[in-house]
Amino acid sequence: MITVREWKERLNEGKAYDAVAELIERAKRNRYNSFITVTEEIALKQAEEYDRGNREGKLAGIPVAVKDNISTEGVRTTCASRMLENYIPPFDAHVVERLKQEGAIIIGKTNMDEFGMGTTTETSYFGVVKNPKDEERVAGGSSGGSASAIAGNETVLALGTDTGGSIRCPSSFTGVYGLKPTYGLVSRYGLVAYANSLEQIGPMASAIDDLGLLLEVIAGKDERDSTNAGKSFHYSPVEKKFRIGVIKEMRADERVMEVFDEFTRSISKFAEVEEVSLPSLSYALPAYYVIAMSEASSNLARYDGVRYGHSLESLDSWTNYFSRVRKEGFGKEVKRRIMMGSYALSAGYFGKYYLKALKVRTLVVQDFMRAFERFDLLISPTMPSTAFRIGELADPVTMYMADINTTPINLAGLPALSMPAGEVNGLPVGVQVIGNHFEENKILGFGRMVERNEV
Amino acid sequence: MDVVIGLEVHVQLNRLKTKLFCSCPLDYHGREPNTHVCPVCLGLPGAMPVINREAVRSAIKVALALNAEINPVMRFDRKNYFYPDLPKGFQISQYDMPLAWGGYVTIETESGEKRVTLKRIHMEEDPGKLSYKGSITTAKYSLIDYNRSGAPLLEIVTEPVLRSPKEARTFLNTLRIILEYLDVFDGDLEGAMRVDANISIAGGGRVEIKNISSFKGVERALAYEITRQKNLMRRGRKIERETRHFDEANSITVSLRSKEEEQDYRYFPEPDLVPIYTSEFVDDVKDALPEMPWEKRERLIKQYSLSLEKAKILVLDPKMADYFERVAKEIDPRVAASWIVDVLRGELNYRDMSFSEGERRLNSDELVELLTYFLKGRITEKGVVEVIRTKLDHGGSVEEIIQSKGLFSIPQDEIDRLCREAIEKNPKAVEDYRAGKKQAANFLVGYVMKMTEGRADPGETARKIREILEEIS
Ligand SMILES: [Zn+2]
Repeated sequence: MITVREWKERLNEGKAYDAVAELIERAKRNRYNSFITVTEEIALKQAEEYDRGNREGKLAGIPVAVKDNISTEGVRTTCASRMLENYIPPFDAHVVERLKQEGAIIIGKTNMDEFGMGTTTETSYFGVVKNPKDEERVAGGSSGGSASAIAGNETVLALGTDTGGSIRCPSSFTGVYGLKPTYGLVSRYGLVAYANSLEQIGPMASAIDDLGLLLEVIAGKDERDSTNAGKSFHYSPVEKKFRIGVIKEMRADERVMEVFDEFTRSISKFAEVEEVSLPSLSYALPAYYVIAMSEASSNLARYDGVRYGHSLESLDSWTNYFSRVRKEGFGKEVKRRIMMGSYALSAGYFGKYYLKALKVRTLVVQDFMRAFERFDLLISPTMPSTAFRIGELADPVTMYMADINTTPINLAGLPALSMPAGEVNGLPVGVQVIGNHFEENKILGFGRMVERNEV
Repeated sequence: MDVVIGLEVHVQLNRLKTKLFCSCPLDYHGREPNTHVCPVCLGLPGAMPVINREAVRSAIKVALALNAEINPVMRFDRKNYFYPDLPKGFQISQYDMPLAWGGYVTIETESGEKRVTLKRIHMEEDPGKLSYKGSITTAKYSLIDYNRSGAPLLEIVTEPVLRSPKEARTFLNTLRIILEYLDVFDGDLEGAMRVDANISIAGGGRVEIKNISSFKGVERALAYEITRQKNLMRRGRKIERETRHFDEANSITVSLRSKEEEQDYRYFPEPDLVPIYTSEFVDDVKDALPEMPWEKRERLIKQYSLSLEKAKILVLDPKMADYFERVAKEIDPRVAASWIVDVLRGELNYRDMSFSEGERRLNSDELVELLTYFLKGRITEKGVVEVIRTKLDHGGSVEEIIQSKGLFSIPQDEIDRLCREAIEKNPKAVEDYRAGKKQAANFLVGYVMKMTEGRADPGETARKIREILEEIS
């Protein structure tokens, strides 16, 4: 893994062009299937610019990989779906505009679960992403490509998106750092929606400071996203004797718990650590899936093959045309979620599912707010296990269960970090650090203290 | 048999500059298809809606004018359904937290004033528009124009309180006038108002007729539907609840779907928009609310001593009322009202011309000029009408028309002089007259007519000649 500091040293020693070309060569070799599209030409041109002396911007000369559900003008944005296999957006997402303004080198679009719907990147139309730590295993999902690109030295920084753990899960499985920001901190303009009320774009990297740097660039006011809080983020990590709550309800398998318990013991050297219970969390996972699938069923209705995306030559009626396009264009998991979401929103079930899920959401928020009266930060294992073998999660419910520790954070709109905290049989274990709304600097400050103390 | 009708009126807030959730311009009428579009109104992946605050202001204006109770917090919801003209697979609309509840519109019926109560008013976006090369039945494919997609709509829903097709039409006319007073709506633009009508006859199921695009169409569709349902009932058949389509060309309704096939729109809150606190807008809008037709009517009666009948007609079109007030500054208001209401409006109706078009052809200054000639006796009543007709049909300046058509009347002293001249120059005729040949006077009148090129009033001239003859005998 390459930190920004290491990369800058390399830029000082040689040409950006050569350094970027080396990354691109590696990405194109496609060992882990991290990328759906490598933007070789654009990246090398930008590297040349850098070498020529155009070094303006906070991310000047630094490679960033962008998840393929974030719109890039003129570069296809597939959401890892056959439906958008050849879709080229006519505009940049807000975060991409920001990357360009700060001189970042966009080296490609990363692989993911189709429309973000998955925990293993196995639902990608472009094939599964392999975990650089063990190629028999998945890199997690849905931002699997962004994580493997960092872990596999194919980029320095990456953007992921997190609807129910999609940044934190692959970060945990591949041993990288990933931050899901507070809902509303980063504009979603240009992010292809899966579940609008839950998701955020966030930074992924190989060091805490790099997360702070990238977040500083992508966060901030954007009037094109009405849910944007209009706040900017200035990276100034808070370091102090934190009061840390260990969430009782967020568990993991035995081996992961051993690593996690060791982590909590070692941080007590510089923090106050205490257990805390959030009873509503037992309902959070089903509530999360009801809301996510309901929103998804509506968000994905626009893919009808009329204006863009997968299309057919012709067919007798528009109803047949739509259903055939959608039948061919969407994968199995996407169809499953559209169907379940439509069901949850339909007359007679709306109150039973959707409204109930909203109530749970309120309870979850209240539980977290109560906990933050006593604690600065809350921690848990990010994932209930280490990375799965490819193909291991055969049934969808088992896959959904893997999101048990990450989804409540999205329900509550909180910021949360996953950082490496040890290994089980050579497989990384991530710890999740949750902060109160807009307290990313506390999370990152704590992360730095952990990094320094080599927990 | 009791007929109960309720209307859902879709009103395009087409006086706004931009669409409801993007900044695409709204002046797409008559423009190339798909030129007024952007990622938002095309429903491209990743595009997000942003509320047009001016549209909220206009909507609140309407709700206030219709006496509705504005929701302190309103929210947008998604109405999910598939249709080729709907780019996102859902329409952003409002469901359980709409713009406003209740309200009413007072209409004139044959049996006096009636209050048509409203159920609710909500905001929503217009879909795109399908069109066909040739006709819908022969075209090989459909074309979609997204210029209309995302145009701001208000849906105004009445309680089922209308009792006849005519009442329904009167309601729509009245609503149109109110919306035009508010300057949020131009009813002349294509697709400006579209109506769904619900109708049930005592004992029968409720039938909905979808998407009628003209007021005449609403009246016809409802009339057809009443006849159809009554015929069915007479034959002992039950009226099932269903949705029908109005075939404008043949003035009939055709079944679209039965109750079992009713769509489930799976409404839920639009997660990309935040709730709107309407109190931010209401006070401002209230202050800026223009004079409404019923207020203007009362004022015209008081200020200009007009009759109720004249005032009622003048306020039917705010442009006509303004026109009247401009003329009334210069001319006796009652004379002005009478010419505008009885003559000008009649001539416009005869020509199927809107008032604004009429105003372009005969502006208020020109009418003042024309009526001033009339009041000074320089032109006859008939002459005024002729000038108005000429202005509407061919244009030209008032004075030129009067001149070229020779409409200026001859002043009375000139007539008197000519009468005396006729008597002086025709002693023979005078003699005959004196001898008892009364028709000899006609010869003298003929002389005056000749001298004035027929512009003298023959009756008036005859009377004058007899008067002089009696005098000098
Ligand atoms: Zn637009």
